[in-house]
Amino acid sequence: MLREVVYCGVCSFPPEYCEFSGKLKRCKIWLQENHAELFEKLYSGEDAEVEGVTGKLAESSIGEKREEKLEKDLLKMQAKEENREQRELAKKLSSKIIIKREARTKRKSVVAISGLEVFEIDMKKLAKTFASKFATGCSVSKNAEKKEEIVIQGDVMGEVENYLHSILAEKGLKDVKVEVVDGAAKKKKKPEGA
Amino acid sequence: MFRKFAKEDVHSRSNVKSSVQRSLKSKLVSQYPKLEDVIDELIPKKSQVELIKCEDKIQLYSVDGEILFFQKFAELIPTLKLVHKFPDAYPTVQVDRGAIKFVLSGANIMCPGLTSPGASLPEAPGYEKDSVVVINAENKESALAIGKLMMSTEEIKSINKGHGVEMIHHLSDPLWHFNLD
Repeated sequence: MLREVVYCGVCSFPPEYCEFSGKLKRCKIWLQENHAELFEKLYSGEDAEVEGVTGKLAESSIGEKREEKLEKDLLKMQAKEENREQRELAKKLSSKIIIKREARTKRKSVVAISGLEVFEIDMKKLAKTFASKFATGCSVSKNAEKKEEIVIQGDVMGEVENYLHSILAEKGLKDVKVEVVDGAAKKKKKPEGA
Repeated sequence: MFRKFAKEDVHSRSNVKSSVQRSLKSKLVSQYPKLEDVIDELIPKKSQVELIKCEDKIQLYSVDGEILFFQKFAELIPTLKLVHKFPDAYPTVQVDRGAIKFVLSGANIMCPGLTSPGASLPEAPGYEKDSVVVINAENKESALAIGKLMMSTEEIKSINKGHGVEMIHHLSDPLWHFNLD
């Protein structure tokens, strides 16, 4: 009874609205790979060489002039969207994550992770994961620059680094720099006179 | 309504008792009688309905993790996900192709977009002012927005100027992208 609706994996719209999302190119590729029959239905009216977005739908009623304008606007929007995406990606690639270890009393230390907000990572959730993963206290707090950072109690710098790398790889952002700063210089590893 | 909506706007989440769930279902059916046949598919008896209270007294109802309808005042309003699943049950108006772009960016719908050749309005007597309508588009199967009539459909036809439908929820708005987890 219920209708199953396919939603585009790129823009999340029902595929017939992809042309209005500004991501049409990627939407088309996605649709072709995942739902070939829908792709046929929606885009078969167009000639392969012609870039015309609205080939099949040209018989719409709003008149040629308006249709043309609409098409132009859509193309413009698409270009804008692409630019924006590129900028965002560049921003992501140029920013880096800093993992910093700070000494507290004696052999205790805290690890602070900052610079995560650019990557659309839910800080609170990640803090929770860390807390249960390392069985320590972990919270999100604001640092000196009024940016949010994750603070983990205990020396877990190496593990955090590995885990972050795996998260980033999942997001397809392998090239992001992760900088490790060791604020607490390891003084005496072994007690003297051993 | 959902121009700005984020996780911070959620005040509380709670599971709904099955007795409340039953009354909810009957309310939905009384509002949209055609839903009667599919209501048990939409909200199966065993499913967990969750009530999410938000800023501005908006209440969302989710069924098994998917937000299916919401309510601001007394009336239950379906989300687009629900509309797409069973489109025939709601009062519907259609806009022309030129309007889609503006609707998707959240604009109210102007009367000319509802009366031009590509659009369609129901025959007289049509719908009353303030009723909730699903907005469809020319040559498209799925709905793209949900709105509230700012004048009756007959008035839209005769006046044909200014705002006709107030936007409530549209594709790509924050509610559409809203993720429960």
